[in-house]
Amino acid sequence: MLPVTRRAALLGLTSAWALGRSSLAFAQAPTDKRFVVVILRGALDGLAAVVPYGDRNLAGWRAGLVPGPVGSPGGMQDLGGFFGLHPALSGLHDMYLAREMLAVHAVAGPYRSRSHFDAQDYLESGADHRMTSGWLNRVVTALPPAAPRDGEALAIGVSIPLLLRGPATVENWAPEGYPALPPDLYARIAATNAADPLTGPLIREGYAERGFARSALGEDGVDTHSNSFATLAGAAGRMMAKPDGPRIVALEAGGWDTHAQQVGRLGMPLRALDQGLVALKHGLGPAWAKTAVLVMTEFGRTVRMNGTLGTDHGTATVAFVLGGAVAGGRVTGTWPGLAQGQLFENRDLAPTTDLRSVALGLLASHLGVPRSGFASVFPGSAGLSPVVGLIRA
Amino acid sequence: MQTAAIQAIIRFGFGQRGIQPPPPDPEAWLAGQITGPDTAAFPPGLPSVADGLIVLREQNKFQLPPGESLVHPLYELDVAAQTEQVLTTDAPFRERLVWFWANHFTVSTRAGGTLATVGPYVREAIRPNVTAPFFAMLLSVMRHPAMLMYLENDASVGPNSPVGLQTGRGLNENLARECLELHTLSPASGYTQQDVTEFARILTGWSIDRNAAQPGFIFREAAHEPGSKTLMGRTFPPGEAGGIMALDFLANHPATHRHLAGQLASQFVADVPPPDAVRTIEGVLRDTQGDLGAASLAVTQLPGAWTPLTKFRSPQDFAIAALRLLDLPDGERPRIPAVFAGLGQPLWQAPLPNGWSDQTSDWASPDGLMRRIDWSYGFAGHVGQQDPMQLADAALGPLLSGSTASQIQLAGSRRDALTLLFASPEFQRR
Repeated sequence: MLPVTRRAALLGLTSAWALGRSSLAFAQAPTDKRFVVVILRGALDGLAAVVPYGDRNLAGWRAGLVPGPVGSPGGMQDLGGFFGLHPALSGLHDMYLAREMLAVHAVAGPYRSRSHFDAQDYLESGADHRMTSGWLNRVVTALPPAAPRDGEALAIGVSIPLLLRGPATVENWAPEGYPALPPDLYARIAATNAADPLTGPLIREGYAERGFARSALGEDGVDTHSNSFATLAGAAGRMMAKPDGPRIVALEAGGWDTHAQQVGRLGMPLRALDQGLVALKHGLGPAWAKTAVLVMTEFGRTVRMNGTLGTDHGTATVAFVLGGAVAGGRVTGTWPGLAQGQLFENRDLAPTTDLRSVALGLLASHLGVPRSGFASVFPGSAGLSPVVGLIRA
Repeated sequence: MQTAAIQAIIRFGFGQRGIQPPPPDPEAWLAGQITGPDTAAFPPGLPSVADGLIVLREQNKFQLPPGESLVHPLYELDVAAQTEQVLTTDAPFRERLVWFWANHFTVSTRAGGTLATVGPYVREAIRPNVTAPFFAMLLSVMRHPAMLMYLENDASVGPNSPVGLQTGRGLNENLARECLELHTLSPASGYTQQDVTEFARILTGWSIDRNAAQPGFIFREAAHEPGSKTLMGRTFPPGEAGGIMALDFLANHPATHRHLAGQLASQFVADVPPPDAVRTIEGVLRDTQGDLGAASLAVTQLPGAWTPLTKFRSPQDFAIAALRLLDLPDGERPRIPAVFAGLGQPLWQAPLPNGWSDQTSDWASPDGLMRRIDWSYGFAGHVGQQDPMQLADAALGPLLSGSTASQIQLAGSRRDALTLLFASPEFQRR
């Protein structure tokens, strides 16, 4: 699916209308509700974002990765007495306190791949295999028909992710200029070039001229570009707030692949995510009340800390659901436990909730996708029930 | 062998296009591009230089509102066609030669008026001559309105010519000087200011008829300096024929052969090429009366040309390699002129008549690399579902370092992986 301009999309729709194609209603999002999906590429460590500090086995696996206790300076922010939110997610904690945010723990997609690229494709396909369209695009086609209105789905970024590719008309939007890199990518580029007698020193100097601290090269976390995701998310919110703006939006954020020095390296992307979600809320304004946001990642990370103070590719992780329409203020899901025998394949948090059930809960209660549309959004999900109660009654 | 195949693609060409195997016989692949015909297929309707001059003439007649241009849409046609060519060609060695010689004989749009003529110039004066005798290319260039305009020879008048005597106008040495210094002899030949002046006199009258139905080159007898002239100890008769004889003399001068050999060796071997590589090419040019096809073939036979990754990619080289690798269909690609400009080497806009440098020291800078990194991440967003390791293998084959390969394998997303490839030390080189 090519990125198309709004004008081109409208022209396309007009001709489809003239031809009497029934796909016309599918090509738009006939809803007043707003739905945002944020893909965290690289695998967020769910145990670091929403820390099960009440699980007595936690410290045994990863004491070095657990933030300070709730109530201590720079410590976790409590989520009801068993879980604590990472200190960088203060905006999300405010939403939690306002009952606009909930976390679903121990979620995983219907696949068990530990390859980023495969798993991201499956996550976006909404299946245990790679498809040519993404589930969020198929959501547009599964919405109940309504009066035609101008409001296509929108991908924020230079290209349309698989999640939003497919038969329904999709636009994409990116601000002028180059997007900022996730901080950890700068670090990896420096590492790739470090031994080169020409490019190594030049890149170190280039970073220094940009004011990146030494920390951007590896050891510690200093904010380099935390605002870029916030800029995009804020713009997305403002576009969605318009009466004729898009209703379904996909956003992406990177920097989660914390194989080493996780404590230092996770703060930046989490802070960027947090600022972005706050910016999204501000951008939406009053439309926030009609909004649900799903934040998801391809898989979680190992329960054990590895030999480089980080974590490796795992299975279950956390998902966030937030928005003015969300019945938040809790952590939901079924906690599988962290005892040796409770881990998945003796290394990962065991999945207890299918991510598709979370999505279906939002699609059904928030967007009004009928049960008959579930199979087209998530093929092979017949046995799954939507998680109920995610949306305010 | 595989290393040689990749080397052929990145040193002599512009990098692999998409995921495809390298040529089985790299030397034959390169030779075929030189001995065979030019396979470039341009869309119909591209302007000739006469079309460009007509539109320029029309534009100058009217007081256009600011920001409006008749010439610019014409220019954009050539930009699109010629960048499409470099991104998609299956004969990238021949294409690199086109870009190399267009840079050797730089016409830059930083000088007024050339916007209408630079595109046709590359297609008309440079491209057909990259495997011809150097004299043929030199003559085509020196008669092309784009060059006559850029280096102002169209305004040069013999002081003792009828026009000169009547108007009091005189010589403009610009083209004559740059031709001796940059296009042919180079200062190493020891020419003097007297030679520059004499050559400028020889070239008086080489001008542009802008008012003809088919505007283009004209020799204006009435503006030509009368009498014979002496250049580098050689005497040339007056008239257009004297100019052609002088260009033939310059094209086949040993100093010109040495200068061209040095530039070719620098482009295809190393920033400071070994003297015997330069001597080899110089000898081929001497023995073949400046046959550029023979010289190009000889370059591929230089052992040093097969030493991997000795050349640092210029910004255009870098961008073209990345764009060819991802091989997006036209319409999904970023705007190429904006890409080149953003990386610091805008298309057909060299600051000076000596064109763009191909030396590492002129391009390897902290800011230059930061721009490449930033652009790479933006562009890598177009990766779609392509496999980054496959792309890396197609781009670099055995030249991909273990450390880059493992960074790519460890990357958290395809986009990150492709950014790491584009930002790797080996991708900065050719």
